[in-house]
Amino acid sequence: MAMIELANPTRFLRIVDRLLPWFAAATALILAAGLVQAVQAPDDYQQGATVKIMFLHVPAAWLSMVGWAVMTVAALGTLVWRHPLADVAAKAAAPIGAGFTLICLITGSLWGRPTWGTYWVWDARLTSELVLFLLYLGVLALYWTAEDPGRGARAAAVLSLVGAIDLPIVKFSVDWWNSLHQGESIFRAGGPVIDASILWPLAVMAMAFFLLFVTLHLAAMRNEILRRRVRTMQMLQAQEAKA
Amino acid sequence: MNAFWALLIRDMRIALRAGGGALIGAVFFLIVVVTVPFAVGPDLKLLGRIGPAVLWLGALLASLLALDRLFAADHEDGSLDILMTGELPLELTILAKAVAHWLTTGVPLLFVAPLLGLMLDIDPAAMGPLLAALSVGTPALTFIGLVGAALSVSLRRGGLLLAVIVLPLTIPILVFGVSASDLASAARAGFGPAFTILCALSLASLVLGPFAAAAALRHGLD
Repeated sequence: MAMIELANPTRFLRIVDRLLPWFAAATALILAAGLVQAVQAPDDYQQGATVKIMFLHVPAAWLSMVGWAVMTVAALGTLVWRHPLADVAAKAAAPIGAGFTLICLITGSLWGRPTWGTYWVWDARLTSELVLFLLYLGVLALYWTAEDPGRGARAAAVLSLVGAIDLPIVKFSVDWWNSLHQGESIFRAGGPVIDASILWPLAVMAMAFFLLFVTLHLAAMRNEILRRRVRTMQMLQAQEAKA
Repeated sequence: MNAFWALLIRDMRIALRAGGGALIGAVFFLIVVVTVPFAVGPDLKLLGRIGPAVLWLGALLASLLALDRLFAADHEDGSLDILMTGELPLELTILAKAVAHWLTTGVPLLFVAPLLGLMLDIDPAAMGPLLAALSVGTPALTFIGLVGAALSVSLRRGGLLLAVIVLPLTIPILVFGVSASDLASAARAGFGPAFTILCALSLASLVLGPFAAAAALRHGLD
């Protein structure tokens, strides 16, 4: 199906209504499976049970970057192709991405306390992730202050493109700088260095988080379209009342 | 190119003459830096150590302060519309305004900085690298701030929104600026690497900033 066919909000809503229950069910199922596997996964020989924080922390970190990537693509959709739903997609992704970023920061800091002995260090990976969170807040602030939704959307699109600079910095911060945060251990040349007994639950949890993102994103997009319709209807009503 | 210079000179005249308030930025810089010893105590040893960082923070906040009016003033009296429909490409128009902004708010800071360095007891040997880093880094603050200024003018909201948008983007400048001007870290890694990265950031923002700001203005003001 071409992207252009999704440009019609009514058609998009129909497709979302059909897909959403399936995505929600798949999310619940895989999340449950992932949680069971995560609980059953063996403890780390050094870290003990605290290693299980990883099953929340790592997927949340990935999704925090996916969220901004979605906003960047949507920003191109808004500015270049003028796709009517692109700004809806960007606006819906911003709070979700910010939420995942916050989960990543909080779980990371709770994990840091027992393993590093501190909740927070001003380290490249942590700082760049915090900057990502601040950028999310900046985009949200733009949406909050814009009186005209279209204008706010274009402003947020420009900021999304500029802020995308932070994504490679987050990703490669552990390779570029000496970091207390451990280096890349999954997507690396020579294969992952995590034991399969922990890698598998992690993969299932990542899948679950990704599906959760898709579900929340589709639902948020639907809500945004409906919210805009309500707004238009209210304005029409106000105009009629005045006439 | 005549239009470019004309615009640059016009913006500098507006900033320097009555009602412009270019020097308010330098005074603000002075006041921000002077409040620090009251907050952390008059311990000269401590002040000397954090001095470069304090000067950088002051420069960041001072350049942010003046950005608010960069496009807003022209937007209010309608001259921004004329500039946008003129023959000069919007990117160059913005570049001219940015250069004028830096000359009137960034350069005065460089003249005030040695005096403040003296008051904060910064090691005289560190003042050279600090000034070099500030003179290379403050243009980047202006060029990055352009994006925020353009975004906030199209939304008719300045002030806090501008700070929220721009400050996260300026963190790399702050990181490399301070590490280039700090003697302790310069002794560890050398002045060169941080300074060259700072130059690179400045040049990159010189190229990218006007384009992003032009996009924001074009899409924001229809």
